[in-house]
Amino acid sequence: MTFILETKDLTINFGGHTAVDHVTVQIPEKKFTSIIGPNGAGKTTFFNLLSGQLSPSEGSIFFKGNEITKKSATDRTRLGIGRSFQITNVFPNLTVLENVRLAIQSQANVRYQMIKHFLHYKKFEEKAHTILERVLLDGRADSVAANLAHGEKRKLEIAMLLALETEILLLDEPTAGMSLEEVPAIIDVIKQIKAEEDRTIVLIEHKMDMIMDLSDEVLVLFHGELIAKGTPDEIVENETVQSAYLGGMYDEQLA
Amino acid sequence: MDLIVSLTVNGLATGMLIFLLAAGLTLIFGLMSVLNFAHGGLFIWGAYAGVSIYAVTDSFLLAIILAIITGLVLGLITERLIIRPVYGNHIQQILITLGFMLVLQELIKVVFGPDQKAVYPPAWLEGSFQMGDVILIKYRLFIIAIGFLLFLIIFLILKKTRIGLIVRAGVMNREMVQTLGINIRFVFMAVFMVGAALAALSGVLHAPYSGVIYAEMGLEFSILAFIVVVIGGMGSFTGSLLAAILVGLAQAYMAYYVPALSLAVNMLIMTVVLIFRPQGLFKVKG
Repeated sequence: MTFILETKDLTINFGGHTAVDHVTVQIPEKKFTSIIGPNGAGKTTFFNLLSGQLSPSEGSIFFKGNEITKKSATDRTRLGIGRSFQITNVFPNLTVLENVRLAIQSQANVRYQMIKHFLHYKKFEEKAHTILERVLLDGRADSVAANLAHGEKRKLEIAMLLALETEILLLDEPTAGMSLEEVPAIIDVIKQIKAEEDRTIVLIEHKMDMIMDLSDEVLVLFHGELIAKGTPDEIVENETVQSAYLGGMYDEQLA
Repeated sequence: MDLIVSLTVNGLATGMLIFLLAAGLTLIFGLMSVLNFAHGGLFIWGAYAGVSIYAVTDSFLLAIILAIITGLVLGLITERLIIRPVYGNHIQQILITLGFMLVLQELIKVVFGPDQKAVYPPAWLEGSFQMGDVILIKYRLFIIAIGFLLFLIIFLILKKTRIGLIVRAGVMNREMVQTLGINIRFVFMAVFMVGAALAALSGVLHAPYSGVIYAEMGLEFSILAFIVVVIGGMGSFTGSLLAAILVGLAQAYMAYYVPALSLAVNMLIMTVVLIFRPQGLFKVKG
């Protein structure tokens, strides 16, 4: 198995608090890896380190064997690491179509033809429509993003991520804040991306049934440390995880 | 009637000049969250550079071209040397850009001398049209036409081109644009240079309009431009046009009817807008 993304002793301290503590993981290429852990376990911080929003205090990150620890978020996206955010992060005053087009035109092969295609971008619009169809949002192409329902914004975010055509998709709680009716549509979209088997997906989620259903591998973070990794079944069996996390979280969900 | 028309034309012309100055300012603020108090310096440098070549060659067109080039070059230098080291720190930005504003202003006196210079419109723009009782001064109409034309051009670039889309998105959320893998620094440099060129153009157009240029007018005009940026909504291009026209008209009417209030009226408008619509007439940030 080849690993597309690796971290070695990845650590970040905020003042006296160690949010991510010497995490060494290997993310297999074109597989579906999930990261779970209770609130405050350091999952999103870990994502921020991978995508370059934060720089680590210690440790290193490798993409396809090359160290990228010092590279900016912009450079990492260009290399092929795309991410979504826990809070929806679309451009509110642009239309849905414009949001996706922006992501398309930021791709490497398009970027260097800025002058050439300065005035016409019909091609991009067509592509944007195709992507919007995939996430079932094409009907809202001309709506201003600010007017979308929360679930639609998340779909738009995924559409933008798809438009970037990055090899890795980092999805930070794509179903967060969604109503129950909206969740299945997003899960379908993610399943569809997984089914194509040409991308590496890393998912942060709290919905255990979704993780059990989709993941090839599950990583468990607890107080910033990696306490377990394995297939979903192994994780469910794992006693450390059970005592440290799963039991507690199910209680939390029931409460 | 003739009075109203004349005041309105006056106000629109002043408004357009403020708009040219404010357009760059608002996009620069929206895109990089940079407060550029040196913007007025680009305005006077445009005016002096243009007027100097105008005096020698008697070509106003050449004056406009030289002013734009001056703006582009000074914009590049300002962005590289003054703004770039202080990204993300508003206090430092205010201090260094205000300082640079004063340097630019004093350099005018070193290079062009400390005296005021009288400037007249070119022959082809001198005089006026008369329609019944109404007298329309050609040069003012010229300014209004240029202002609207530039508004339209930039509006279309923002709406219809790829770089325009990046600028609009960048004004809303800069980090997100970077996350998409777009180098916003480069886009910002381009916007800064265009903004500087518009300021310089505003300066050279202002010269024959007021009939006289002096080093301190940059600071006076840039205060108006800042008021306009706040009223229009920081980062809003369309907002800056409407606010500039509002301020220009208010000033023109007040200067005639209540001269004592003509300077205070802009502050009054800004105060009212800030009380009832703190985000400005047009809200940009999400």
